[in-house]
Amino acid sequence: MINLETVHYVAALARIRLEAEESKAFTAQLSKILSYFESLKQIPTDNIEPTSHAIPMQNVFRPDAPKGSLSQEEVLALAPKRRGGWIQVLRVIET
Amino acid sequence: MDLFRQTAHSLIRLIQEKKSSPSEIIASLRQRIKAVDPSLHAYLSLDGELQAPESFPKGSFQGLPIGIKDNICVKGRLTTCCSKILEGFRSPYHATVVRRLLAQGVFPFGRTNMDEFAFGSSTETSCYGVTFNPWDRKRIPGGSSGGSAAAVAADEAIWALGSDTGGSIRQPASLCSVVGLKPTYGRVSRYGLVAFASSLDQIGPITKDVEDAALLLGVIAGRDEMDSTSADLPVPDYRKALKKEIRGIRLGVPKEHFEKGLDPEVEAIVRRGIDTLKQLGAEIKEVSLPHSPQAVAVYYIVAPAEASSNLARFDGVQYGYREEGEDLLSTYSLTRKRGFGKEAKRRIMLGTYALSSGYYDAYYLKALKVRTLIKQDFDRAFRNCDCLAGPVSPTAAFRLGEKLEDPLTMYLSDIYTIPANLAGIPAISIPCGFTRSGLPVGIQFLARPFAEETLFQVAYAFEQNTDFHERKPL
Repeated sequence: MINLETVHYVAALARIRLEAEESKAFTAQLSKILSYFESLKQIPTDNIEPTSHAIPMQNVFRPDAPKGSLSQEEVLALAPKRRGGWIQVLRVIET
Repeated sequence: MDLFRQTAHSLIRLIQEKKSSPSEIIASLRQRIKAVDPSLHAYLSLDGELQAPESFPKGSFQGLPIGIKDNICVKGRLTTCCSKILEGFRSPYHATVVRRLLAQGVFPFGRTNMDEFAFGSSTETSCYGVTFNPWDRKRIPGGSSGGSAAAVAADEAIWALGSDTGGSIRQPASLCSVVGLKPTYGRVSRYGLVAFASSLDQIGPITKDVEDAALLLGVIAGRDEMDSTSADLPVPDYRKALKKEIRGIRLGVPKEHFEKGLDPEVEAIVRRGIDTLKQLGAEIKEVSLPHSPQAVAVYYIVAPAEASSNLARFDGVQYGYREEGEDLLSTYSLTRKRGFGKEAKRRIMLGTYALSSGYYDAYYLKALKVRTLIKQDFDRAFRNCDCLAGPVSPTAAFRLGEKLEDPLTMYLSDIYTIPANLAGIPAISIPCGFTRSGLPVGIQFLARPFAEETLFQVAYAFEQNTDFHERKPL
């Protein structure tokens, strides 16, 4: 149903590094769960609209007025690593 | 009189009559926690000397304490969702529910344990360790709001907040013999609730009796500018619904909720509960929710899909835990490898797969269509019924570790609670009896969107005519 290769592919998409052991366990567990989902295929759904929200709400607006927000200091205080007024991460763009 | 044993509404009366004070109540609670929490582990932390109760505005609940599930933001306090990835995270703002509580003089007193990011039905996936069921310490308290339910059951909390995405308030309420309400989707603001599945999540009360649930919902419900999915509808005085007679109320019993998989002892207890309501004058009707057996499959596609997207924000950059790699990409993957527990990874993987190119139509879109059918089943049932009644969970509390390594079996334990989340309707669990070995069993009532008053009316009538809610584990 789902093989090791797919598990590695999905883990890369999900940005999670897996140990070999974990990948193996997930392959078996996800296969079992996905085969349980097979039962859905027997339910006819032609001409049925999908429901993404059970209580639909449209055009929820509020006045477009500026308001206060968290201060820079409050936000930076949460960062695992900071430098001055910035959140520090490893270099993204090659020079 | 032991103050910690009391309900919120009786404590409020004692305060008003000047027979007790918030500081006495808090002292009593602290003593109780000291005595029982070491063997239960319902709390993660107590919020120290937060504020002198006397400093609260003159609201109706001056200084009454409340337990808060660890996924609801309290400004300046740790809010970790019991995940290593939010290690040390102190929320810079209050959730709307917390602001509303404070405005009424109810203050967050302690953080309660939960499954990591609310992924679980047993509170076993918390990175801080399990919570034990106060009725039997070898068993799970249910989940994911297991800490809140256990704390209220063991009288370590007057009342508490939980969150319910697929049953996370009602199932632990049932397994611990307390009252747990999942409000209609949109009844309570989700602002400041760490998102699991945004189309399913709701915050709700976990209390010692139905009146407290009505009281607490009245405080936290209502439109919030910060949550565009919160409904712009007036909040009624829910207590007014309590004393209404239930004679003539049409109570539907969905036959699919009594089929194979339901423990016979649980079935007998729930059926006896329905009989009690019949004797009180409710008109009992058998109804059918033909697609509800598909609910688990639909839910375990939709919820992990939404979760995988919501949890993409935990990348070690802006807050929480970071594990530095050799470049930014490996920093992300290492942070998420070390930061998330097994079940969180499993659900992220499942959701990512269901949303990935080539599988989206077969899984996610298909699930959303069957979700429509599940909702239509309820619409049809509510044409002839005011309320539905059935079990909360197929079994009483299971043993610690029993289902932890078998995710699918764990998922199937949510079969009766999930449909309400998928359809957005309100549902409540209240104590309904005990198995021969003394484990609690709850009964679930479900109603139309925004008909929480019907739930309170039926639940209160049941509670007034039974004494299960008065039994205490400790």
